[in-house]
Amino acid sequence: MADYDEETLADLLRTLPTPPEAWVKAAQEIPLARRGLDDIVERARADQAFRAALIADLEQAIASAGYEPDPVLADAVRQRLSID
Amino acid sequence: MQVVETDAQLVARCRAGDDDAWRELVERFSRYVYAIAVQAFRLSDADAEDVFQEVFARAYENLHKLRDDNAIRPWLAQLTRRLCLDTLRSGLREQPGETPEPSVADDTIARLDEALAVHEALSTLPDNCREILDRFFARDESYRHIGEALDLPPGTIASRISRCLVKLRTELEGRNPASAQSGG
Repeated sequence: MADYDEETLADLLRTLPTPPEAWVKAAQEIPLARRGLDDIVERARADQAFRAALIADLEQAIASAGYEPDPVLADAVRQRLSID
Repeated sequence: MQVVETDAQLVARCRAGDDDAWRELVERFSRYVYAIAVQAFRLSDADAEDVFQEVFARAYENLHKLRDDNAIRPWLAQLTRRLCLDTLRSGLREQPGETPEPSVADDTIARLDEALAVHEALSTLPDNCREILDRFFARDESYRHIGEALDLPPGTIASRISRCLVKLRTELEGRNPASAQSGG
């Protein structure tokens, strides 16, 4: 940057808009979701009934296991267990 | 002035499993990643959201592969760029149309790098300056709204913004003396 005049600064401050709050929150919760993911996958591998419940209704089974069934976690469980 | 953790320090804490550090990292780079998706590659809101979440999910998974902790910003930029291009290519297969020229997107990313540097300098200013500049410029709030939120008379807001811009400029010139000598 050659000059930091007031107009340039104002322009650069406007250049980075704030993303929707929900997007940021979801990204910030990735570590929590990942820990839930590991627990759910491990349990599904050890417990056939739980695995069947996941296949029948993924979101409901995640919620009944005590986790928030957000789409990021649900997609990750689906992929890890190859549930279509 | 506030002491702000360097990118490398923040990355090191994330890698050590510190959830607060991860939240701070997302906060620090969320605008940058979002801006690349919507400004450089002009993705729709739905596509931008997918890319946004995927960037941070992959960053979380692959943080241990980052060779230089100070390089987190270019690493995220590259990851975002690649995912945006994948999204655009996939959309083109379904519905042919125009995509931004890669060189144009790169020019925009260079400008976003500059904007991020300004935001980083902003984060070191005292709370009152940081908040008023962010509300007015980045959040596009009116004098009236800012006055109500910060309990300030609307007539004082313009002068306060101006004073805070001077502080921001001083902070930036302290980081980059060459620009101060150029007369800026």
